[in-house]
Amino acid sequence: MPQVLTMERKDMTEYKTSENKGQQGETLLKVENLYKSYNRNTLVLQNVQMALKQGEFVSIIGPSGAGKSTLLRCINRMIDPTSGSILFDGVEMTTLNKADLRSQRAKIGMVFQHYNLVSRLSVFENVLHGRFGYKSTLQGVLSLFTEEEKKLALEILDKLGMKEFAYKRCDQLSGGQKQRVGIARALVQQPKLLLCDEPIASLDPNSSKVIMDHLKDISETMGITVLVNLHQVDVALKYSDRIIGLNKGSIVYEGIPENLSNMAIRDIYGSEIEDLILE
Amino acid sequence: MNGNLDVVKKKKIQMTLVLLIMLLITVGTSMLTEFSFAQGIASIPGTIVWMATNLIPGAESMENLPKVLAKLWETIVLSVLSTTTAAIAALFFALLGSKTTKVNQPMAIMSRFIASVFRNIPVVAWALVLVISFGHNVVTGYFALFFTTFGFLVRAFIETIDEASIESVEALNATGATYFQMVFRGVIPESLPQMVSWLFFMIDTNIRSATLVGLLTGTGIGYLFDIHYKRLDYETVGLITICIIVVVIAIEFISNKVRRLIL
Ligand SMILES: Nc1ncnc2c1ncn2[C@@H]1O[C@H](COP(=O)(O)OP(=O)(O)OP(=O)(O)O)[C@@H](O)[C@H]1O
Ligand SMILES: [Mg+2]
Repeated sequence: MPQVLTMERKDMTEYKTSENKGQQGETLLKVENLYKSYNRNTLVLQNVQMALKQGEFVSIIGPSGAGKSTLLRCINRMIDPTSGSILFDGVEMTTLNKADLRSQRAKIGMVFQHYNLVSRLSVFENVLHGRFGYKSTLQGVLSLFTEEEKKLALEILDKLGMKEFAYKRCDQLSGGQKQRVGIARALVQQPKLLLCDEPIASLDPNSSKVIMDHLKDISETMGITVLVNLHQVDVALKYSDRIIGLNKGSIVYEGIPENLSNMAIRDIYGSEIEDLILE
Repeated sequence: MNGNLDVVKKKKIQMTLVLLIMLLITVGTSMLTEFSFAQGIASIPGTIVWMATNLIPGAESMENLPKVLAKLWETIVLSVLSTTTAAIAALFFALLGSKTTKVNQPMAIMSRFIASVFRNIPVVAWALVLVISFGHNVVTGYFALFFTTFGFLVRAFIETIDEASIESVEALNATGATYFQMVFRGVIPESLPQMVSWLFFMIDTNIRSATLVGLLTGTGIGYLFDIHYKRLDYETVGLITICIIVVVIAIEFISNKVRRLIL
């Protein structure tokens, strides 16, 4: 047995015992027969089926170019799927008009690898951007936020340990701090689902742990479903309730971390990566 | 290692070839246009002496200073006015034309095409064409400057938007923000310093262009330049030139100050 994997599994079981399973309930997101091609020749996503329950923490792993980012962005229609169905919170996403799409998106937070903050604005302003989905154009343009919204933003920043930076400009923050602002912006949406596209790919190990711990905490204590694209198998094993393995646009593995065998890892990443993991 | 050396050698040979070709083109074209470098360079000292004796404004031409300053002011106002109004129009077209903020593809292509047409007609051509419809007045100058500035700024702004705000636009769209929320709270804050930079660059360019346009339309500092030039009053011509240089430098100075302030 590879040493790294056994070690990680011990960590993981700790999580399992402390986890509050009771919060996980109804299906929040159901993806069926999803296909996506950017051009006619190649399918980036093929017949993807996926269901997420409320409060679940699910990781998508797979090699570069497998279609992880594409799958995530199809869910909130940042990318339009070619065919298939996406049922989120009881609403079919693929046929929505602009206004309805907007109110659905407000319920889905998104966290990015490069944080995607408006770097010249303050932390506080960036966090409040998460409220745009609930406001009229004019209120948003003029930054008219209610006292409750401001209080919510500060509470969330406090929870993420970022309250003291609230009035700092985002371009003065470290990567880990920026990502916490990114998460705060998503949480201020009071979302039901959090989509995270490689949230720790640009971070050092310490900041990565802080971010992953926060995401885990969000799914456990706030009952928010968290779907994370990751390229570190060990992190996925440690934090996930469930892992989805994507290869060339198809789901080749789906199950609890304990069942992710080396065979399965080989299926996901292809045989050439095997040595890397076993060393 | 060996391969690396080969690459370096190849690069060197390529560079030498390129330089040779450029030299050939220079010699060839100067032969065709009967322009002699030797003669050109030989005449430089004479030119400097002539400029020093004729263009340095004396006491007599200083009497013209108030008139020069008044016309210069007119030119500055024209330049600032045409640049700022063109910038507002350009921002609108740039938002439509940028791949980050476009509303749809046909409108994006349209916007870029229109800007390209306006940009690729030189300001002198605009002035000559517009003078026919508007006559010899300041309106002609305004539109000539407006059109070229507009064409140029659309392109500059599109590049600025795409460079500065792709990522924050994605995030704002994902929160469910509306188009104008995304533009005003994402794109504009991110692109503002660069856009203001371009604005000052164009004001600066337009003061020089306004001089040229004024020559054609009979307005502003360019007109004054023309009159005194034709009267062989070279000292006043020198005075005008010095004034223009001072203003352009002053604007560059202000531009740097403002940029540092908003950055
Ligand atoms: N806008 C696009 N136009 C055309 N092809 C695209 C586009 N975006 C992605 N692709 C292609 O789709 C495939 C999947 O890309 P995607 O970004 O979803 O992969 P990924 O699994 O997120 O990879 P990574 O781990 O490198 O982020 C790739 O082959 C990519 O080249
Ligand atoms: Mg990706």
